Amino acid sequence: MFLNKITLAGAFMALGTTAMAGCGISSGNVKILSNDFPAIQSVTAAASTCAGGGVTVEANLTKDHKDIMVAALTANPAQYTSVIASNSTLVTLMNDGLVRSLDALVAKHGDGLNPSQMITVDGKIMAVAFGANAQHLFSRSDILKKAGVNSIPETYEDVLAAAKAIKSAGLMDYPVALNTAAGWNLGEEFVNMYMGTGADFFKPGTAEVAVNNDHGVATLNMLKSLVAYSNPDYLTYDSNATQAEWEAGNLALATMWGTRGGAVLDDEGSTKAVSSNTVLTGAPTWGNNARPASTLWWDGIAISANISDEDAEATFIAMMKGISSDVIQANNSDTVWLGAGYMPSAASAGVSATAAAGAAPYPMLPFMGTLHGALGAEISDFLQGSESAEQALADVEAAYTAAATEKGFLN
Amino acid sequence: MKNHTFFWFILPSLVTMMLFIAMPIGSVFIQSLHIEHGAVLTEVKNCGPFGCKMEVQVDVEATSELKKAKPLGKFNGFGTYNNRNHLAVVELSQAWNDSTNWGTYFRKIYNLPFYRALAFTLTYTFVVTPLVLMLGFCIALGVNSLPKNIKGPTIFVSLLPMIVTPLIGSLILFWMIDAEGILGASLQWLLEDPNLSLKASPNLTWVMLIVYGVWHSAPFAFIIFYAGLQTVPADTIEAAMIDGASRWERTRYVVVPHLVPLIVFITLIQLMDNFRVFEPIVSFSAQANATSLSWIIFNDLAGGEGSFFGSAGATSVLTILGVAVLLIPVLFRTWRDFKGKVV
Repeated sequence: MFLNKITLAGAFMALGTTAMAGCGISSGNVKILSNDFPAIQSVTAAASTCAGGGVTVEANLTKDHKDIMVAALTANPAQYTSVIASNSTLVTLMNDGLVRSLDALVAKHGDGLNPSQMITVDGKIMAVAFGANAQHLFSRSDILKKAGVNSIPETYEDVLAAAKAIKSAGLMDYPVALNTAAGWNLGEEFVNMYMGTGADFFKPGTAEVAVNNDHGVATLNMLKSLVAYSNPDYLTYDSNATQAEWEAGNLALATMWGTRGGAVLDDEGSTKAVSSNTVLTGAPTWGNNARPASTLWWDGIAISANISDEDAEATFIAMMKGISSDVIQANNSDTVWLGAGYMPSAASAGVSATAAAGAAPYPMLPFMGTLHGALGAEISDFLQGSESAEQALADVEAAYTAAATEKGFLN
Repeated sequence: MKNHTFFWFILPSLVTMMLFIAMPIGSVFIQSLHIEHGAVLTEVKNCGPFGCKMEVQVDVEATSELKKAKPLGKFNGFGTYNNRNHLAVVELSQAWNDSTNWGTYFRKIYNLPFYRALAFTLTYTFVVTPLVLMLGFCIALGVNSLPKNIKGPTIFVSLLPMIVTPLIGSLILFWMIDAEGILGASLQWLLEDPNLSLKASPNLTWVMLIVYGVWHSAPFAFIIFYAGLQTVPADTIEAAMIDGASRWERTRYVVVPHLVPLIVFITLIQLMDNFRVFEPIVSFSAQANATSLSWIIFNDLAGGEGSFFGSAGATSVLTILGVAVLLIPVLFRTWRDFKGKVV
């Protein structure tokens, strides 16, 4: 993998001289702020090849991009010309009017983009998506077979039955893992599971929360049944921890992010027995519902509002270079690319299956992040057995209502 | 010193204190009285790679006019202080009415985020501070009686927990106490309980954080006590020895009274520091079982998407008040001693 990166970087450097002419920008500043994972590294590396002459390209790839993006883009001129956003961060940026509409730029420089890549809000293109991500099921086919389970689970009820079989066969004490670290991760697991019920999070057209109902109770109970088969430390498990546990061979069934697929399947950090028997399938459904219990996420390019039109154009052109089909073909297994030139691979099978089965996207609602925070903080008491599901949901509702009032979403 | 001279003498520090302490606290307080403007919501059609959907969005233009007129936000008085996520005035009285005994009342209070954090913060403060004083004093006495040639290295090693960055130190401990780490696995073996997990149970998490706190702060008390021990008058000790005082009696009746001002000083600093406990909660991923006031502030500012400046401001002001209340007894004592000396 490391060697791969070096060859890639080398390839980009070699491309540099020809690409400069290919970008067709004569001047402008490009500064990119984004999360940090392989697909984004490929995109920003390719965008950086546009530098030269009067053009500068800088990128800041950080896990903490969410914490600095609002302040950095509120400044005028903005500190970054582009943010690589997702469902949730785009809403946060739009709430304060920090990103611009891309209609004119797409019309001028957006040949070759798929119409499905456009993120439009009220008819205006606000972002151009390039990759898709979702949490889905990772299974160990060898362990399942040893426990007498012959098919990969398709529902969470099957997952529970398989976990029980594995445990009673004495193969593993804690075969299941979800990203259940208290906070954002745990909130995301509730959101995913609740999505599988098909119910809404809010009363339609309002900011009033609507999870305190039978669907919410069922969701909590399902999460509790699953963590009963998880390591007792599950409230500290983030996606790095679950990936490490998986690669150490300690898990047989896990719900993890699609972007972890490539790293789990490669021949680094794990044994042949684990990686060759790992199967990636779509997110399970549950409770006789058709919709997979997962949320679809996109990663896409948004351009700051508080910058000159010249910089915006230069940034857009450089980013188009970053998500061009050449880049997609060279980095096919990084993510589920949405642009032309993408070939589905084993590492992305789970995300594709989840999307094909009709999973819903993470809601692009201004107050979703506030609910997500309340969920992550309040439901751990129930999972640990110190309060009832009804009490936990009432706490979520109360915490959300207080926070949403402070944010101005509720009066 | 004449009043006039005194004024010019302390003017620079007064100005810097105004600029860098009083004014930021004032601005935090003002921010805590405000909430964001009511967002103007509209329903629009959103489309993306996964299809189209009618969804509610913030009407940026309408909202930005409100923001431009009043950038601080909407005045809310003490509304944020009293809401459910802070002092929870309404919830407290409701819990009182709904409860038949003290047990249920306290359980209901403990369910509120602010009081839950306060419970851990106070427990941590009042357990760690005396333990740090005692342990630091014992290490100082021990090191003081070592032969000269090994004193230096011992002092260096004893100071290590304080030298290591708190975030790094607690992260390393976090890995060590993992069920597969050296400490976690040893404990499982010692107690013959293969399911023992220090991270999973609320009680053990508290114990773990407190042990970490003592480990981290003891060197601070140690080095101050050690310095103090060098000033204990040798002739008083000798006199005590001639009078037949045992080592324990010499420590109890000569050394400890001599070090009282240092004990007050360390208590003061430790109360303030421990009330603001924060790093170990983040590094130990302990937020499900233990939160502190400082952690709540951090979570409001950087926990999710968007920041809650009003909430963070309110908790900050409450933390300052808490520190003030804690310090009053100690400051009162210092003041009394000071007065006693002057008169």
